[in-house]
Amino acid sequence: MFVINCPYCGERDQQEFKAGGEAHIERPKQPTELSDDEWAEYLFMRKNIKGVQFERWNHAHGCRKWFNMVRDTSNDEIKLIYKMGERPPSE
Amino acid sequence: MPANLRVQSSEFIDETVRISFKFNGKTYHGFKGDTLASALLANDVHLVGRSFKYHRPRGIMTAGSEEPNAIVQVNDKTNRTEPNVRATEVEIYEGLEASSQNCWPSVNFDIGGINNAISPFLPAGFYYKTFMWPASFWEKYEYFIRHSAGLGKSPTEKDPDIYDHRNIHCDVLVVGAGISGILAAKNAAKNNLKTLLVDEKNELGGATIYQNREFNKIDNQSSSDWIKKEIQELRNIKNLEIKTRTSVAAYHGYNYLLARENLTDHLEKKDKQDKIRQRLLKIRAKKVILATGALERPLIFNNNDRPGIMLSSAVKKYADFYGVVSGKKNVFFTNNDSAYESALCLHNKGIKVEAVIDIREKSNSNIVKAVESAGIRIHWSHTIVDTKGYKRLNSISTMKLSNDGLSVTGNKTDISCDCLGIAGGWTPAVHLFTQSGGKLTFDENNKVFLPNKYPSDQLSVGSCNGDFKIKEIISNLSNNLKQFLKIEKTDFDNLSVESEVENSKRNIWLLPSDRAIGKTKPFVDYQNDATAKDIKLALREGFRSIEHVKRYTTTGMGTDQGKLGNMHALGIIADTAGVKMGELGTTTFRPPYTPLTFGTIVGRNVGEYFDTFRRTPMNDWQIKNKAEFENVGQWKRAWYYPINGESIHEAVQRESMAARESAGILDASTLGKIDIQGSDASEFLNRVYTNAWSKLGIGKCRYGLMLNEDGMVFDDGVTTRLSENHYLMTTTTGGAANVLGKLEDYLQTEWPELDVYLTSVTDHYATASICGPNSKKILNKIIPDLDLSEESFPHMSFKNAQIGKIKCRIMRISFTGEHSYEINVQANYGLDIWEKCMEAGKEFNITPYGTETMHLLRAEKGFIIVGQDTDGTMTPIDLQMDWIVSKKKYDFIGKRSLYRSDTMKEDRKQLVGLLTDDPSIVLEEGAQIVSELNQSPVNMLGHVTSSYYSPNLKKSIALAVVRSGKKMMGKKLFIPMEDKTINVTVVNPVFFDSENKRLNA
Repeated sequence: MFVINCPYCGERDQQEFKAGGEAHIERPKQPTELSDDEWAEYLFMRKNIKGVQFERWNHAHGCRKWFNMVRDTSNDEIKLIYKMGERPPSE
Repeated sequence: MPANLRVQSSEFIDETVRISFKFNGKTYHGFKGDTLASALLANDVHLVGRSFKYHRPRGIMTAGSEEPNAIVQVNDKTNRTEPNVRATEVEIYEGLEASSQNCWPSVNFDIGGINNAISPFLPAGFYYKTFMWPASFWEKYEYFIRHSAGLGKSPTEKDPDIYDHRNIHCDVLVVGAGISGILAAKNAAKNNLKTLLVDEKNELGGATIYQNREFNKIDNQSSSDWIKKEIQELRNIKNLEIKTRTSVAAYHGYNYLLARENLTDHLEKKDKQDKIRQRLLKIRAKKVILATGALERPLIFNNNDRPGIMLSSAVKKYADFYGVVSGKKNVFFTNNDSAYESALCLHNKGIKVEAVIDIREKSNSNIVKAVESAGIRIHWSHTIVDTKGYKRLNSISTMKLSNDGLSVTGNKTDISCDCLGIAGGWTPAVHLFTQSGGKLTFDENNKVFLPNKYPSDQLSVGSCNGDFKIKEIISNLSNNLKQFLKIEKTDFDNLSVESEVENSKRNIWLLPSDRAIGKTKPFVDYQNDATAKDIKLALREGFRSIEHVKRYTTTGMGTDQGKLGNMHALGIIADTAGVKMGELGTTTFRPPYTPLTFGTIVGRNVGEYFDTFRRTPMNDWQIKNKAEFENVGQWKRAWYYPINGESIHEAVQRESMAARESAGILDASTLGKIDIQGSDASEFLNRVYTNAWSKLGIGKCRYGLMLNEDGMVFDDGVTTRLSENHYLMTTTTGGAANVLGKLEDYLQTEWPELDVYLTSVTDHYATASICGPNSKKILNKIIPDLDLSEESFPHMSFKNAQIGKIKCRIMRISFTGEHSYEINVQANYGLDIWEKCMEAGKEFNITPYGTETMHLLRAEKGFIIVGQDTDGTMTPIDLQMDWIVSKKKYDFIGKRSLYRSDTMKEDRKQLVGLLTDDPSIVLEEGAQIVSELNQSPVNMLGHVTSSYYSPNLKKSIALAVVRSGKKMMGKKLFIPMEDKTINVTVVNPVFFDSENKRLNA
């Protein structure tokens, strides 16, 4: 059970949050232009890394804001939290 | 005259308070401060239980929570009974009743003891092997295995006690109040850190508090006197909270720990009443100091499990702490110095110590010399090869150990004794450390696993970190604590410490016997009866991974989780496989450290508090009118309203006919309602629904279908345009929270440029839905000045109105196919409006109906219920709802997926109607549908999703999903049931009023 530093509310218990899967998968602007494979890539394919992963989280029982998190899935260490719309760190 | 082995008054036992208790039906006495184990030993009772598999007689082995044998059922046949309680942890109280487990008819004569005689036929993996072969025998085995499985009896009555949860936040949590924990907590608190100190025992001070006075000195006084002064000081420190009888069960990531605080288990019945029994502490600590100590190891030798064989440290604790000796003729068996402390402790009380058997060649520490000069015989380089005594140890046999420790030589010597203290060295209690994700390293010198890599801000101190001597403990603690707490000094930086015990040890995981291993019983896991022989067998049969060997032999899988024997199991595996310790992995320590009761885990969330539930403003009226309720999401929804003892079927038939013949009323308050505002609201709806929204006129309503991005139906509902930039969306009752979540997700992450604001208003409005041919007349009676003409208020439109002073929103929408109105008012007027409708509808026999009738009425019309007729694999096309999917819109959520090759397949499961050939047979929902009988394998085409007897059509109707169903109109299919086959015909799913004439009737 980790502690998450919501960029809007501050440190809160994990039970207030909902995980939302991999981050920075943008919905295609023109889905109709995509082949089945390209659309499937967007729709289904997730990296599911053991190690450092970029994730979306939602403060569901708080401010209800979505934000991004860089988390090491092997030990749950949260390396960075940044707002929706901000670019991911380079590494 | 009962035996009395209490030899000395103890300061920890209050002999002025005599307590009587029952064990296996017999009354015994003990004193305040006794545990069940110490009180039994004082009465010379060693035999307390039978082992799990062989039903061998077992005695008290330890004096703590690691106890594998002395597990008992307390207060059997009462509502407070609890199985698998460790006698070593039960504090006795007046009226306590405890009994042995796993024995029948009694612990003294146990039929299952025959398993011991036939043990050659019960090798490791016995149960797995019988599962596998021969398969036909399984049914025969099962009867016996089921009857002998399980330890103890679970309570059959409702638990009378109260349990609680508490959240605690602190700067420093110290687990364990032995010498290290006490010093750590004191210095943390004194440095202005909010500190919590917990210990599983009822006394602080750990083992130091009863340590030998002569051999351990701190600050020029005995260590036990010194620690008592420290404990006194502790009580007056602010910032420090102390909790005893509190066992940390789990250590999760980010320093989140769960502990069980025991509040009333030690009290007698009258004092337990109306008090919280146990409290689950949910602790979030900035820093954690583990001072969990070490557990003494047994030695693994032939027949090392007889009652009377105990850990040497336990013999000492019973004598020093409780004033009880465990035997009249004592022998100690050791591989290190610590047994000598126990031997001296008994000797100094005038109790006979026959011998010390030491597998080492020699030790020169002062404590060994003291034992020698006390005239106690020490057998160096000797081991025990066998023991005798079925229900109580009566003698041991020793032989000389060879230099390599693998065999024995010379003559066998028997020594008669009734208590054997065994000392195999110490195992640091690293359970919590590894639970938190910490990595261990193996220390070859001391043969122990030690904390190596900390996963969070924590520190292990004292013997759980491998410091076994007071001297090391204190000097290492001082240095580590300064670094960890970032403080400049501790108040014990320059403490003088003297200790006469040395660390030297000779480690042999499995001691040899003069008999072949196959003919011996060296127990590694006492509770589960796993022997070294079983482990070796598992390795011979090809098991390599520790986790596999553990499961195959059940080593470490009892309620004690193998606290005593796991290290030996690892050692024997390493020796046998010829690898280094830890190379084949270590077993994983899982929470809880000691068992938790279910009561503690659930706390107050029992009975009506098990889950939160939501009630509509009309709920009281519904209860008064004898409605039956069903749970929909968290809502309590009126299901049907039986009158005069009607069955559900009778009530629903009556309600359904009334709604179509005259008037019905439904509480629709539970539907999700989302208020949508903003200049881009129309565009937003365009993107989230499959149909077009931009041209919806103000004051109009429209049904919408929402998909997931994968094209599957997610939710549906009617949305009303209240004004230019203001909509009210309704969702399904169960889907409301998910719909809001999804809409917010898209708004915040994909379309942040849209000017749209969402507010959940589900709880803000109550909704009464009146339907039927007379609904218009009823509404007219309530609001006479509202124009209800078709021109002014057509189907799928909305009006603001006022009933007296109550403002309401009225939608003319229908889920039943009847002319109907949904009246929405501020929630606190909900009941008032409902009663007004009932009053006005009286002359039309307005009939309240519940969800069951609603389902029936909509099924007659072929309207789907998301989640009943769909299951996350149905597209709108599959549902034959092509009409609602806009071809013109460039994009909406899920659109692209409707053109994937898979979703476009024609043989997908599609929604159809089914009529039974015999109109009186109602299909079972979930029943499978086939086109061919007697086919193998059976080609299952789909299943029934909704099924009712329609009173309005006077026949059975059903909705179903069927592969290629759209092409099967008129086709005959079969529904094979257990006792018959039902013939059905595929039809259009709209059964009733397919021209929608009644909507405008």
